Amino acid sequence: MHVTRRLRMRNFVHFATSLSAVSLILAALVITCSQPANALPAFARKYGLRCSACHESWPMLNYFGQKFKDNGYQLMNDRDAPIWQNPGYWPVTFRITPIWHRVSTGKVLVDTYSSGIATPTGQAVQRVTSSGFDLSGLDFHTGGTLEKNISFYVLPSSDPTASFHFETVMGRLDNLFGSPWLNVKFGKFELDNLLSEKRILTLTGNGGIYQLYHFRPQGDGNIFGQMGDNQLGLEVMGHSYNDRTRYSAALLSSNDGQVELPYGSGYTGFFTASQAFDAGRAGVERIGFYAMVGEAPTTWLTQTGPSGSTILPGSGIGNKSFSREGFVGQFYFGPHVDLTVVTQHGEDNAWFGQGYGDFIDGVATANNTTGTTLPAGAQNPTWNGVLFEPHYVYSPQLIFIGRYETIRMSQQANGSGSATPTASNFGNISTYTIGYRYNPFMTSRAGFAWHNEYNWLHQDGTGPTLGLTSANINTSELLVGFDFDF
Amino acid sequence: MRTTLQNWTLLFGSAVLLAFPAAASAQLSTYDIETRIGAESHVGNVTGHAKDAALPYRRYCVGCHGPLGDGNGENADWFLTPMYQKPRDFQLGVFKCRSTPTGTLPTDQDLFDAITRGFDRSNMPQWNTLSKQERADLVAWVKHYSPRWANEKPGAPIQIPPEPEVTAERIKAGRDVFARVQCWKCHGVQGMANGPSASTLTDDLGRPIAPFNFTEGSRPKCGDTDQDIYRIFMTGLDGTPMPSFADNIKPDEAWDLVFYLRTFMRQHSKEKDLAKGLGLKPVDPNAPAPAASGQQ
Ligand code: HEC
Ligand code: HEC
Repeated sequence: MHVTRRLRMRNFVHFATSLSAVSLILAALVITCSQPANALPAFARKYGLRCSACHESWPMLNYFGQKFKDNGYQLMNDRDAPIWQNPGYWPVTFRITPIWHRVSTGKVLVDTYSSGIATPTGQAVQRVTSSGFDLSGLDFHTGGTLEKNISFYVLPSSDPTASFHFETVMGRLDNLFGSPWLNVKFGKFELDNLLSEKRILTLTGNGGIYQLYHFRPQGDGNIFGQMGDNQLGLEVMGHSYNDRTRYSAALLSSNDGQVELPYGSGYTGFFTASQAFDAGRAGVERIGFYAMVGEAPTTWLTQTGPSGSTILPGSGIGNKSFSREGFVGQFYFGPHVDLTVVTQHGEDNAWFGQGYGDFIDGVATANNTTGTTLPAGAQNPTWNGVLFEPHYVYSPQLIFIGRYETIRMSQQANGSGSATPTASNFGNISTYTIGYRYNPFMTSRAGFAWHNEYNWLHQDGTGPTLGLTSANINTSELLVGFDFDF
Repeated sequence: MRTTLQNWTLLFGSAVLLAFPAAASAQLSTYDIETRIGAESHVGNVTGHAKDAALPYRRYCVGCHGPLGDGNGENADWFLTPMYQKPRDFQLGVFKCRSTPTGTLPTDQDLFDAITRGFDRSNMPQWNTLSKQERADLVAWVKHYSPRWANEKPGAPIQIPPEPEVTAERIKAGRDVFARVQCWKCHGVQGMANGPSASTLTDDLGRPIAPFNFTEGSRPKCGDTDQDIYRIFMTGLDGTPMPSFADNIKPDEAWDLVFYLRTFMRQHSKEKDLAKGLGLKPVDPNAPAPAASGQQ
């Protein structure tokens, strides 16, 4: 599903230049219908635990669930190996969500017609709204243990048209040398984000992802720094017995999780550490940090044929750097209220800022070949962002969710020395999401949530102007659905 | 006129009732239970309140221990004995892991430790991710299900003398204790849970239960330090056939036995090395039981 999400991010990037109403709305619809998710009745069935034991509200984990995951999907009761299971047990869970939603995008450039003339006679900017019944993609989770301390997770995941890809494929050696401090994971997996986008509580196109985890400045070609996408690599992680202290370090291919080495041979590191404190009646509070530091190519070999010049996949060189780092806090205020905070400072090399990096559909629109120079005034785009996600947990069956995220450019790719310096707020994002999930029942067999959500997203300057004073865009989405898994 | 079958059912039914009076009379009503919602627990400097545990209990525990705390959560039917023990019936007020003599109530700390530690080889998870306060509240909640706490005080924790130095002599002496008090009848002469009584054991509620297999490498349910093991056989696991040996084993001998039990365990230990050096053989079930050392 990250494919569709990436699609959407791409759309954002090319908003300013190639804004097309159709693609925009399509993208919004497509993304809405894809939701990443890990909430496994397969685990609940194996151990006889209700969803609520591991999930604050499924799919979001609580500390108990996080520890279960950190132990390699094991309770550590010496009965984790599948040999102890009834042979009929098959660790599979599916999840899908039929929905109704209404997506409304402000400022879409549309053709206008005059009466009696069948071809467009002009253009105008207007709001485009569509609504209707729809579907999410389908997730097929299989996960658990192959043997004590050897765990796995395989997740074929489809978009709403049932076109599948591998969202997760990993094996993990748990508790090496009998110590929870050493676990090694290999394959394609979710980065160790404390606030997990794979277990996000919201489903709309813009609210169903964390903008911080996918942000790119306008026109930026670096798709490789998306912490929200599952990545290919190797992760070493460890934790204390009660999971209060955690660390992880991962070495990733800078391919944004895409198979067959489509880009080059760059690598990215992803590091986290966190510590939780017992704060008495308030609960257990956790603070930590993350850092993603990587390199990815900006130059490709090309091949000119009858249909023009195409790039050779995997031939990427000319690696440039990027980084994302920030703090994460999970704060509990008694049994009902909690707040998660994530900050981010991001920086891309100036080459990415000028659109080098990702190639679009195999065409090297920006290829950093010999002799290519950066335009005057080009500089590293940098930004700062913050995310607040409060929850009100009325009961294990009902949760109210809120989120506010904002990302502000602190340095644009085209600085003051540039022929066309970029406005300082260009591409800034602010977004609000509110919603609730009600689970009419809570067992250890299946999950079913009645989901209601509203998202509103604002972006500075990326819409068409066409006689308007402001090119800011407001997009909103209302979504209701049955979110279920078994 | 009654058929024979009906007669048998009746007879059997009353036998069950007689055999397990606690179980039969334990079904308390929600009303009874709610009268005790003021229950408290004291764990270190934390005071737990039953009334604050209603939500955490519903979130984490109810699927197994049930809304009435009687161990009849919706998952209980699927835990098949003797491989998996059923969730504890809190209404009975009978607990396995105690620092207190057999037949008495556990201390709040005992319950707190049991909840924190979880039960290996069972579905009872470790709850060490919960805050101390939450666990203390849950202890109070567990207590509020049983009227026992209203009428009885927990027992006084048994005294455990300081752990002596491990020596070959002590291991040999421990083997004699093991033979004399006949641990092997259930646990087998090599601690492999295959003693002559092993397959016939049931708990106080009539459910099949297996003795602990020392050789598998898994932890005892009530903790795996030397002190924990000492405590296990000197207080017994109430509600199970695992008795208290406080009347048959003296404190010093108890340490010898702890050391001998270590020689069965898979984990590497000083005791294992010493036993190897001694060329220690398993006890012989047919040999006359060695006399108790000193006076009983
Ligand atoms: C998945 C099922 C399951 C869940 C969930 C569960 N328990 Fe248990 N619990 C058990 C089982 C099974 C036992 C008995 C284990 C045995 O006797 O070997 C047990 C035993 C206990 C005991 C008995 C300790 C003793 O010394 O005898 C306590 C106390 C207890 N649980 C408390 C809790 C609390 C509090 C929670 C929630 C935080 C909880 N349990 C959640 C299955 C569960
Ligand atoms: C009548 C049978 C019987 C006898 C005799 C017996 N045990 Fe046990 N023992 C059991 C059973 C049954 C269990 C398992 C209880 C459970 O899992 O709840 C057990 C469990 C244990 C455990 C593990 C407890 C835990 O926390 O998991 C230890 C240690 C132990 N026994 C030691 C001894 C020693 C030492 C002796 C002799 C002094 C002894 N037993 C005699 C039946 C017996």
